[in-house]
Amino acid sequence: MSVVLLLLLASVLVAGGFLVAFLWAARSGQYDDMVTPSMRMLFDDDKPGGETNKKIQ
Amino acid sequence: MTVNTTQQKTACFHCGQPCLQDTTVQDGNSFCCAGCRSVYQLLSGARLSQYYQAEQAPGVRPAADRTGRHAYLDDAQVQDQLLDYAGEARARITLSIPQMHCASCVWLLENLYRLESGVLRSEVSLPDRRLVLTFDKQRISLRQIVELLTRLGYEPEIKLANLDRKPERRTNWRLYARTGVAGFSFANIMLFSFPEYLSSDGIQETGLSLTFRIASLILAIPVLLYSSADYFRSALTGLRQRTINLDVPIALGIGMLFLRSSFDIIAGIGPGYLDSFTGLVFFLLLGRLFQQKTFDRLSFDRDYRAYFPISCVKRAGDAESTVPITQLRPGDRILVRNQELVPADAVLINGQGSIDYSFVTGESHPKELISGDRVYAGGRQTGEAIDLEVIREVSDSYLISLWQDSRLAAHNRPSLTTLANSIGKHFIALVLATAAGAAVYWGFHDSTRLAHVVTSVLIVACPCALALASPFVLGTAARIWGDQRFFVRTPQVIENLSQIDTIVFDKTGTLTQADRQSVTYEGVPLTSYQKKCVAALARQSTHPSSRVLAQTLPASIESAVTDFAEIPGKGISGTVDSRQIRLGSRSWVQGEGSAVDDPVTPPVDSSVTFVSVDGRVLGYYRFENVYREGVHVTMAELGAEYRLALLSGDGSRERERMSAILGSNAELSFQQSPHDKLDYISRLHDRGRQVLMLGDGLNDAGALRAATVGVAVTEDSSSFAPACDGILEASSLGSLPRFLAMARRGRTVIIAAFGLSLIYNIVGLGFAVSGKLSPLVSAVLMPISSVSVVLFSTIATRLVARREGLC
Repeated sequence: MSVVLLLLLASVLVAGGFLVAFLWAARSGQYDDMVTPSMRMLFDDDKPGGETNKKIQ
Repeated sequence: MTVNTTQQKTACFHCGQPCLQDTTVQDGNSFCCAGCRSVYQLLSGARLSQYYQAEQAPGVRPAADRTGRHAYLDDAQVQDQLLDYAGEARARITLSIPQMHCASCVWLLENLYRLESGVLRSEVSLPDRRLVLTFDKQRISLRQIVELLTRLGYEPEIKLANLDRKPERRTNWRLYARTGVAGFSFANIMLFSFPEYLSSDGIQETGLSLTFRIASLILAIPVLLYSSADYFRSALTGLRQRTINLDVPIALGIGMLFLRSSFDIIAGIGPGYLDSFTGLVFFLLLGRLFQQKTFDRLSFDRDYRAYFPISCVKRAGDAESTVPITQLRPGDRILVRNQELVPADAVLINGQGSIDYSFVTGESHPKELISGDRVYAGGRQTGEAIDLEVIREVSDSYLISLWQDSRLAAHNRPSLTTLANSIGKHFIALVLATAAGAAVYWGFHDSTRLAHVVTSVLIVACPCALALASPFVLGTAARIWGDQRFFVRTPQVIENLSQIDTIVFDKTGTLTQADRQSVTYEGVPLTSYQKKCVAALARQSTHPSSRVLAQTLPASIESAVTDFAEIPGKGISGTVDSRQIRLGSRSWVQGEGSAVDDPVTPPVDSSVTFVSVDGRVLGYYRFENVYREGVHVTMAELGAEYRLALLSGDGSRERERMSAILGSNAELSFQQSPHDKLDYISRLHDRGRQVLMLGDGLNDAGALRAATVGVAVTEDSSSFAPACDGILEASSLGSLPRFLAMARRGRTVIIAAFGLSLIYNIVGLGFAVSGKLSPLVSAVLMPISSVSVVLFSTIATRLVARREGLC
């Protein structure tokens, strides 16, 4: 009986984690542009001097 | 005409356009112009030639840059309005770059920091054609960045509209969140209800079953308060305006589902219908998401500010300064160069004005003006630089008055009630009648079950499947249309299109190609040598007619043009190979005192350029608009179904041609001002007609807004289009009859889907009025009805599209 309750809590917690992840992704604009990131990942990283696009903030 | 076929037709390594003259070769690659080559040099110098690897010839031919054009970007106030963020050292700006089109563009623009160390970070959003750029203010200025981009061929579009509103689009994440919450609750509640589904007499351990029920109830609360809030809000708004929309029965149904379920659970009667409730909301929101996910990257709300530049050159004495045009006051002196826009109504002070008003009036031939003449905002100067004195502020100008036209505000465009809403009205009457009937019946027979039956009726009557039909039919259609280069502002536009009976066209730029003219020669035949001489002369001038001539004639001869002179409003002259050649108006090419020989008279009201060699008039070139390919066929198809009309800003010189194209029944109106066009559409509405207006420029903007559906025709969807309901790329104009046919058939599909969902409602009502609606029945019926309506709508729409040859 209490095991079921524990499982219930655990399953809702896990699902809730995914919900929070989804909300964060939607909030941070990851669904705004579905095209450019798919191109970006195809670019080679052979940058001279090992520079990368500098991270800001 | 003999064309020199030995010309090499190598494609430019940078931009892919054919190399004609000025071909330069470097590193074994050919370039069409010096601009393309300099971009190549710049990139290969910075070891950025990877740009040329992702795509073939990805570049954009850079426009000739005039120094000082971007000087206004040094103005602190302008910067303040343009920057998203400006700190002590760093600043961030969002730029709109319409030229970007491929993976290579993305790569180059995101590697700008390798060209300029002051650029800290740049990120591209290709569907939005946007670049977000963070830079170090100490090392590089905004102006330098814009100039670098211009040099690369990616000139940002900085217009007056950018000052008022920074591009920010993050509107629909809330809908994602609402759907996510509903989906989360739906899945978990289904899981909790599983034991209830399986055992016929409930779970033996009452404590456990109560725990599951309470957990379900807790999960359902955010769905009620957050996810479905919009439906309640919309139903309330509708009721307050004394109209009943489809959201009223929906809100009633889902509200009843929740109340009944919580009552059942708290009173310990049963598990309630919370799985149905959350599932219903989830499906409804999915439908909304499907409908809302449209072409938000396209701007359908543009007005004149998206077209006007931010600044212009102001003259004070001898000093020239660049000022924002919003700061122009009457009495200011301004300088407008070739191909620049006149920013405010003004009087010509100095220079020869040759103003192209095609954007304002639709008239495609430049108007020649002399000092003292009035120049209206929105005209484009072609020819030499002119001095103007501003007489009205930018916001008071003639063009802008079109937007503040009181008639537009007073004359609301006819609103079409949507199919869903008009059915919803009857639907709710039916539901309430059934509920009342059931109440009376059970009141006499078994009053203990009265509440149970009435709530059951309200629950199954919830027209959720009905509400899903329109979004999925119209949303699917909008996607298919988008693939065919017809973008609609909202899928609802497609339903409106199914009801139009009249189509009104603008001529210039809509039926004709804006950037092409055909040239025919009349008179004494020219030798191929003479043609080359004429071409050599025409190449010297930037006048639109000269440019067209230079393109059509064979390649010019090698010898240079001497004594070149351009007299604005008259023509050009020069000596080529010791021959005196003149191009221009008749009186100009004849020259003084020379004999009038071999008179050739062009038709009245046509656009011509005469040519003379050594003082002898040989003939004239006649320029005509080029109609878009297949316009005849398209019009014939449309004419069979709709009434056609033409509104042209041009003179009536092409009346006969237009009549042949549009058919003898079509109404043709010429020399229509923007206001005339608006009035014409309004008159049609007063006669009860539903009008589709197709136009291209700002001169059609009033008419586009007044029409039932206004569609802008553009060469490229990312370029300027006035405020409208849809943007149709010119290449797809020929598919218009098929788009309209699909819109009409789409309506049939919606009605069929309504029928399907009604069957489910009737079956459910059968259970409900007999008092047998168990949670299990509801949990099975509800998803089946939603999913089958969604599948039917999507598949039927695709089939219709395939039949019309649109996918």
